[in-house]
Amino acid sequence: MSFITIVERVNELDKRWVFLGVALAVVLSTIFGLTFPEIPTPMVKDIFNKVESMPPGSRVLLPFDYDPGSEPELQPMAEAFVRHCAERDLKMYFIALWPLGQQMVEGVTNRVIEVEYPDLEYGHDYMDFGYKSGNEGVIAVILTDLKKLYTTDAHGTHIDQVPMMAGISNIRGFDLILTVSAGYPGMKEWIQYAGTPGNIPVGGGCTAVQAPLMYPYYPEQMIGLMGGIKAGAEYEQLLIGAYPQFKEDKRRYTTALIRMGPQTVTHLAIIFFIIVGNIAYQILRRHRGTQGSR
Amino acid sequence: MKRILWLGLLGVAVLLLIVRAAGGNMPNPFGSMEGFGIWFAAFLTISIMSFLYDDNPFYKFAEHLFVGVSAAYWMVMGFWSTLVPNLFGKLAPGWTADVFLPGIAGTERDPMWFMYFIPLIFGALLLLRLSPKGGHLSRWALAFILGTTAGLRLIAFLIADFMGQINATLKSVAGMAPALTPGANPTFSFESMFWDLIAVIAILAALSYFYFSKAHTGLFGRFSRIGVWVLMITFGAGFGYTVMGRIALLVGRVEFLLVDWLQVL
Repeated sequence: MSFITIVERVNELDKRWVFLGVALAVVLSTIFGLTFPEIPTPMVKDIFNKVESMPPGSRVLLPFDYDPGSEPELQPMAEAFVRHCAERDLKMYFIALWPLGQQMVEGVTNRVIEVEYPDLEYGHDYMDFGYKSGNEGVIAVILTDLKKLYTTDAHGTHIDQVPMMAGISNIRGFDLILTVSAGYPGMKEWIQYAGTPGNIPVGGGCTAVQAPLMYPYYPEQMIGLMGGIKAGAEYEQLLIGAYPQFKEDKRRYTTALIRMGPQTVTHLAIIFFIIVGNIAYQILRRHRGTQGSR
Repeated sequence: MKRILWLGLLGVAVLLLIVRAAGGNMPNPFGSMEGFGIWFAAFLTISIMSFLYDDNPFYKFAEHLFVGVSAAYWMVMGFWSTLVPNLFGKLAPGWTADVFLPGIAGTERDPMWFMYFIPLIFGALLLLRLSPKGGHLSRWALAFILGTTAGLRLIAFLIADFMGQINATLKSVAGMAPALTPGANPTFSFESMFWDLIAVIAILAALSYFYFSKAHTGLFGRFSRIGVWVLMITFGAGFGYTVMGRIALLVGRVEFLLVDWLQVL
């Protein structure tokens, strides 16, 4: 078999072999548990430092605007935010503009708060506003009057009977909005309808697909931005550095770091396929050009 | 021959799974609803991924199930999260509390409760699209939706995107890096100034590519070529991020298969 025949075969390789290569890269690196250290970027550090600098008792609004479709990407950063707020004794207010965001909130509170921080009390240390339909309209209303839309919390308790709601009449009463977003409505709407008009610090994480659209808001209209699983891993790296107890159970505390292993290996595999494909294409083009000139 | 090979492989895989489940090394699909759910989710995941090999009945089944369940879910969500609290709850709070939300909804009626007949009428008008006659009446409701949405979003875009972005860019070009801690003053930064000047030039170059009232020749042509590079870099960054996002979702599904279903990790 001549060299050109091999190159021709590579050039005409069935795409299903590429899929198999990517699948193997993900499966094998997951099985072998490959992980790599992450160097936190300034945008991630800014969010971490902001949370770290807030005095205990500060109020953080946590909009969880995502669903199971983006859970593998966003759940690690949502859990990291909650752990960090809990460590700093900040008061957490969960809210959802996506119907399934409510379930994401319940998942995080069940897995993180109830298991790792059983001393935190609902209504005193954290609360859940639940899901409300209306997209950005909800944000526009609660910017001036929260109780106009939220008369009860997610469990049906009247909002005036929730102790940590004392003194809050609108979302200007929060010290930080830390959003986890997978699209519309999400991070962009929280900036447009709450952060910028209400002068409330907004930061948070979004899907990788959404990230390039959010960069223009940093740093003037956002205190920091976390795009995709990589940023989640960087936040976990910062958490481990500041709170060594999170080194103990890697599968629980460093989900994003664990998922970055297969991510890195798969990217290397994709880069390999791109380079090999381009080399084969260029060789064939030159070969056919040489044959044509004869 | 190929079909027999695939059926054989499938048979061996099923046999191995049965042996593993019978040995208690995997969740029992018939032991609990959770076990059944995990097995069904694994089946659907593999069915969807099987499309990468070729179109097949398993993929079709999973696809149709997903579309059907999604449509049904959104319909139910629309009823319970929008119609019940935002319409029925406003028009007849006592009745809504008794019928739909016993013990949860408040019974106080909004002083302006009759205003909610407007969305009720508009909602009914929207449904007239399904009628052979009177479909044109739905345009009234659509016009209202478009008008209010445009009005609401226009203000937000003007403040946060248009004015906010120009303000942020000009401040940074002047070398003022915003303070990230409340109450602190912006700081002067040459680095910030340099990168923001690059950003401004890149934006102007990209915009010049879409300016067709002047021929793209000479200095203007070269400037618009820079705009093409800016656009390519932007698309590349977007594509790179998209790949990362999709791989993250794939890793999530593989983790589910290996950890929750097969329990090999």
